[in-house]
Amino acid sequence: MTTSTAAKYGTARRAVTVRVNGRHVTREVSTRTTLADFLRDELDLVSVHVGCEHGECGCCTVLFDGLSVRSCLMLAVQADGHAVETVESLSANPAELHPIQEAFAEEQGLQCGFCTPAMLLRTKEIIDAGREMTDAEVRHEISGILCRCTGYQNIVNAVQSAGAKLRGPTAGGRD
Amino acid sequence: MTYTYIGKDRRRIEDPRLLVGRGGYIADLRLPGMLHAAILRSPVPHAWIRSIDATEALKLPGVVAVFTGEDCKEKINPCMSFGPATITQYPMAVDKVRYVGEAVAAVVAESRYLAEDGVDLLEVDYEELPPVTDPMAAMEPDCVLLHEEHGSNIGYERTFEFGDVNAAFAGADLIVEDTLRWGRSAGMPMETTGAVAQPGFNGVLEIYCNSLNFSYFVFLIAATLRIPSNKLTLKPVPAGGSFGSKLAAHKVPALAGFLALQVGRPVSYIEDRIDHLMNSDHHGCDRTYEARMGFRADGTIVGLDIDVVDDYGAYMQFGVGHHGNAFSQVVGPYRFRDVKYRLRAVVTNKCQQGAYRGFGSEVHNWVLERLVDQGATRLGLAPEEIRRRNFIQPDQFPYKIPGGNLYDSGDYPAVLDKALSMIDLDSWRAEKKRLREEEGRHIGIGLATTQERSVFSATEFWFLVEKPAFPLTSSPESATVTIDPTGQFQLLLHCQSMWGNSPETVGATVLAEEFGIPPESVNVRYADSAHALPGTGPGGSRYTAMVAGAIRGASRKLQKKLLHIAAHRLELAPEDLELVDARVQVRGAPETGLTIAELAGTAYFFALSLPEGMTSGLEESYTYDHPYTTPPAPDGSDLGVFYPIMGHACHIAVLEVDPDTGMPSFLDYVAVHDAGTIVNPRSLGGHVTGGATQGIGTTLYEELAYDEDGQFQSLTFRDYLIPTASEAPVFRIGHVQTPSPFTEYGIKGGGEGGRMVAPAAVSAAIDDALREYGMRVRRLPVKPATIVATVQAGRAAEG
Repeated sequence: MTTSTAAKYGTARRAVTVRVNGRHVTREVSTRTTLADFLRDELDLVSVHVGCEHGECGCCTVLFDGLSVRSCLMLAVQADGHAVETVESLSANPAELHPIQEAFAEEQGLQCGFCTPAMLLRTKEIIDAGREMTDAEVRHEISGILCRCTGYQNIVNAVQSAGAKLRGPTAGGRD
Repeated sequence: MTYTYIGKDRRRIEDPRLLVGRGGYIADLRLPGMLHAAILRSPVPHAWIRSIDATEALKLPGVVAVFTGEDCKEKINPCMSFGPATITQYPMAVDKVRYVGEAVAAVVAESRYLAEDGVDLLEVDYEELPPVTDPMAAMEPDCVLLHEEHGSNIGYERTFEFGDVNAAFAGADLIVEDTLRWGRSAGMPMETTGAVAQPGFNGVLEIYCNSLNFSYFVFLIAATLRIPSNKLTLKPVPAGGSFGSKLAAHKVPALAGFLALQVGRPVSYIEDRIDHLMNSDHHGCDRTYEARMGFRADGTIVGLDIDVVDDYGAYMQFGVGHHGNAFSQVVGPYRFRDVKYRLRAVVTNKCQQGAYRGFGSEVHNWVLERLVDQGATRLGLAPEEIRRRNFIQPDQFPYKIPGGNLYDSGDYPAVLDKALSMIDLDSWRAEKKRLREEEGRHIGIGLATTQERSVFSATEFWFLVEKPAFPLTSSPESATVTIDPTGQFQLLLHCQSMWGNSPETVGATVLAEEFGIPPESVNVRYADSAHALPGTGPGGSRYTAMVAGAIRGASRKLQKKLLHIAAHRLELAPEDLELVDARVQVRGAPETGLTIAELAGTAYFFALSLPEGMTSGLEESYTYDHPYTTPPAPDGSDLGVFYPIMGHACHIAVLEVDPDTGMPSFLDYVAVHDAGTIVNPRSLGGHVTGGATQGIGTTLYEELAYDEDGQFQSLTFRDYLIPTASEAPVFRIGHVQTPSPFTEYGIKGGGEGGRMVAPAAVSAAIDDALREYGMRVRRLPVKPATIVATVQAGRAAEG
């Protein structure tokens, strides 16, 4: 195969080192591999759900150096030298849920579970920002992730409940 | 009736695994040696396929094989269908393509990336035909045909009349009429449909799939694949949402199975979002109505006259079952007896219709409520008042409606009263007036109701057809309950039922109620088709009611066995014993008894301590048939009882419309539902908010659009607009519980009502906000441009 064909059909490969959920991993990947497919196929992190592959549904959201990104719109090679967190960074053990996961269970902020890892990571980012938000602000902040099941109401409740728990008992914030 | 576990807010058993990202979805499955398929889809709406050249694709390293419709025609049979026998389809187009997005060829390769590379290299020579996109034009005698063998683009046409509408209208004081247009939307779950097929042990083809819940339809997939049905096993895989789109989505597993059989290796075919948008096989209804409703001066409805043209797209996999759903609640919650319904189902060069939350009844409800609202406005009645005057009364149940279906029970005034008690409409109406006068703002209030038919009988798929090919009448559900030797409970469900609903929580809750055990202690599993008892799966809001009946049936058999073992050990009569809190005890002397664990030990390990003739073990199964269905009359004069478990809902939406941008925003939203006995109120609430948000999407945002040349316009989520958290209102939810007399525990379905009523409530609110400009929502989705144009025209008319 010629070089141009290799480029066209993605056979060019490159080594990447990514800190994933706190652990450094090095893999050789095809340069056209998306970050989402890298996480799913190379690292078996199938919690990264691919819903549209064009950056609109948000189900593949991961935290990239602490900020949410759509992993279907990034290439694995772009993650070289960066830190990626998936929902497993909260807890990968169904019997020991992180407080954010716990809040979603309590409020039933999920039904089918497909957008859930993305929603949980976005919630972590919102809470890590440290500012209390009104329900309307929470709605704005999560509006980059589509959920087709819940109508969002229980998700908003879960985000607020998790925030209250993790920030401690400070007053106000709800509208 | 109060229960220990049923009716309480309960955490879902399904959730912990979902919260750590281990939902077990189809795309997460990897089998050794698994190949991947990608599909070439037609870029043209209507054409003969002259040739397909796969030479370059097959040269690409990693591409294993390419298959086309020609291979399908030679090696397999057409897809299952409830439609006319002369309208056939295959998993890939044979001879001609009939819509943009139809599958033309499949490339099987070592990775999905390589399969898509292969697709890029295929060359197809099409001989284009004129596209048929307008269903009215499609019916013209000189129109080009989609299906030459069928001889017409009208798939089905029939007029039903129950009562005498002309006579009823002759006595009416007011007849309202309207042309109403319901555009295409779809369930559009975040996870697409997919299947992984592998040739397995003993020549059995195994298909893992997030669809095809109907375990009693497995033989139809086998028939498509030309293999004996005992050589096909469907393995249920949890789905990331369905809302109808995974209801018997047969083409994806059939295609994966076909490819796996050809290459002799596991093959994965997972739709990408573009595949799903243009070719999900489950586009929702696409209808144009000429509709009339007659009233007396006091608001009494006297009759309904419907003439509906339904644009079915290129194929008719479910026949006209969508209109069977409309017939299940054709008069809504109202008492009128005279109905005429003309149906023309038309084929055009678009993706075929399937199922979407309501399955056609939601469209009928919108039409019904649009007409009632128009009548109320013209008669000077408030929307709540005209409805109250027409409601079927609580003492009239069971109530047989025109057409033949039966409403089991209900209390519609109670639901309306509950909704009105949650919102102060007088204050809102005063505020609306004040804001208009003082601030120039446009507030609208919409109130609407719906019937929510649940627990379908299979007759709905064919009873509108004069000579159905396969007039099945069964729609059972099964459960197997096992108590293991240590007294732990296993519940086996006999269908693919995890679509985002809560089959495991529901099942465990019912089992807990039956035995007095903690619901969280139950382990729930799903049978594959080789082990499954008859099951129909979720759909038509049937699963909770039906599986509860199956679990109760199996539980009673097991309880009887436990009592007999205990009676034998205690040397008492079984009648002297009772099961209380996981323990069999003596009536009146509860200190004497045996725990389920003790009895389980006996059942498994001490055969000599069992009553004579009893065999070891503690496992019982039960198949629960539909609790109340009757056959239709052969002449169509009565469609039979087919959807009798009838819920009800009332929604009140308050919104503001910006007349200059056309953008609505919600100020309040009250939703009251009656789904009979509620198993888990918080889960039902989630269905209400989720369903209503989908209904709002149908009303304001979502459209699977085709241009007049048949090109598909909604290829991405930038075009097909699903409500985000910013568009969804804050819902305030109320429940009324009128138990069904026909189901175990009195459970009714509740999965669809939110979407079935929201379009009517929101449409009414928009009308109300902009009534001064002559706004009437007559076409969904109602886009901002339509609203702005109406306002501008209204202002121009005012001068």
